[in-house]
Amino acid sequence: MSDHAISLAAPHAAIRADASGPSGPKPRHVFSRRNIFLYGTLVVVALYYLLPLYVMVVTSLKGMPEIRLGNIFSPPLEITFEPWVKAWSQACTGLNCDGLSRGFWNSVRITVPSVILSIAIASVNGYALANWRFKGADTFFIILIVGAFIPYQVMIYPIVIILREIGLYGSLSGLVIVHSIFGMPILTLLFRNYFTSMPEELFRAARVDGAGFWGIYLRIMLPMSLPIFVVAVILQVTGIWNDFLFGVVYTRPDTYPMTVQLNNIVNSVQGVKEYNVNMAATILTGLVPLVVYFISGKLFVRGIAAGAVKG
Amino acid sequence: MSKSERPNQLFRNLNAKIASIPMVLTALVVFVGGTAWTVLYSFTNSKLLPRLNFVGLDQYYRLWATPRWLISIENLLIYGVISLVFSLVIGFLLAALLDQKIRFEDTFRTIFLYPFALSFIVTGLVWQWLLNPDFGVQGVVRSLGWTSFDFNPLYNSSIVIYGISIAALWQGTGLIMCLMLAGLRGIDEDIWKAARVDGIPMWKTYLFIIIPMMRPVFITTLVIIASGIVKVYDLVVAQTSGGPGIASEVPAKYVYDYMFFAQNLGQGFAASTMMLLSVMIVIVPWAYLEFGGRRRV
Repeated sequence: MSDHAISLAAPHAAIRADASGPSGPKPRHVFSRRNIFLYGTLVVVALYYLLPLYVMVVTSLKGMPEIRLGNIFSPPLEITFEPWVKAWSQACTGLNCDGLSRGFWNSVRITVPSVILSIAIASVNGYALANWRFKGADTFFIILIVGAFIPYQVMIYPIVIILREIGLYGSLSGLVIVHSIFGMPILTLLFRNYFTSMPEELFRAARVDGAGFWGIYLRIMLPMSLPIFVVAVILQVTGIWNDFLFGVVYTRPDTYPMTVQLNNIVNSVQGVKEYNVNMAATILTGLVPLVVYFISGKLFVRGIAAGAVKG
Repeated sequence: MSKSERPNQLFRNLNAKIASIPMVLTALVVFVGGTAWTVLYSFTNSKLLPRLNFVGLDQYYRLWATPRWLISIENLLIYGVISLVFSLVIGFLLAALLDQKIRFEDTFRTIFLYPFALSFIVTGLVWQWLLNPDFGVQGVVRSLGWTSFDFNPLYNSSIVIYGISIAALWQGTGLIMCLMLAGLRGIDEDIWKAARVDGIPMWKTYLFIIIPMMRPVFITTLVIIASGIVKVYDLVVAQTSGGPGIASEVPAKYVYDYMFFAQNLGQGFAASTMMLLSVMIVIVPWAYLEFGGRRRV
């Protein structure tokens, strides 16, 4: 059936003066109407998507007098890095005036252990679910996946109580636990699907050779699944860095992550609004996930696709 | 496993069971236990501290009589319809454009998706600045000579939720486009060839052949968008803080404010239970369709 379709399609394509090879027809006329429409639309949409980033950068490089006079889209007449310095080391939140740097380091101290812990737990979970099913394991897994859809607001307060009972409420370690808990569903799903797709013979051979649960995990599964670990790291770094709700609920002002501190700086009611400093602070906060995104490229897409579509 | 291993199966799986303790605890204590706890305490008159002093449905009556909650629900509905419709339409159109074997596909995709890497806080603050009435889009157009130009969504309580939706769409359509593109790429090339042979116009092929074939992708995307809608919180906090007045309040913000500022836990629990209920209305039929009928491995 499909062969028939191809043999019919081939002369058709030939009539249009173009052999449709495996890579698709090459554009004949660069300025055909179709191309103008296609690329025109894409370029306009792309400009729209880039505009906020451009405005952020441009605003952060201007001085306040220029902002008050000019328009937000014009490039800076005089480039100044003062807003960046100010945002990093002097911007005030409440009584603290040591800038976003504190929030940045808090975020680092939250993100690094959270990423490691959540991935360690979830990968072992996924491995157990894929290769060592015990009775009832699937039930817990289904609860976990359904739980991923429960609004966080429903579980926020019980977790406050749990953390208070174990003495971690308001501390960074408490927030790390929260991130590990809420990262678990999606990551477990990711790892379970990956480990399930690995050849069963591999696992069997290792079993025959006498390797146990941890032996197989550490010596066979771990080295063979580096790509999925990279995907998980990308997913978690951006997700945890960008979190606001958990940060604002489970930390205190001196341990606020960067997003919470940024919001407090920009939306503070007191004082004169310094738009350039605000925009510099906003870029600084968005920089980590942006860098991760641009470096990781296709893996980022794969991460969200794997996390989303396979659900 | 093979039959000879059966006798000591309990011990062999012991490691797996130990390793699954965090998952079991999370599933049972946090997800099931936490949810049940909140639902239970939503029937109490807890104020500053949770107390088991049952008052029946009082919190719910009070909730649905509070103007702020009603506005939150109305906003959520408007925001929900806008994000659902526009992100599906725009996401699909962009994916279809990118699927035309174009050059620089990776560049375009990178540009459309980068906002998704940014947090809602960053997104909200950028769009707060872009929509600033004095310096933003409105100010720029006015300074060009069109002095009566009016585009000030963030300070106009009747349209503020649309202003928030603009930012949300900017942030989220890239993801939908990626999901749609993955769906389009999963369609057999021969279908396109057959449609071309039959002389079916491209838009008709999309509408009547491709989109029906992508039903699973659409359903998953729908579930993802829908569960994201109910959670909307940070974006509103960053962009308007719920203002002007209470015009852009959303349920998630109501819950947070009542739990941690107004010290009225019962209201917060009742509101969050309502959020849970609305999610369940979407999720349960989907889960039933997806997992109920046939077993998936």
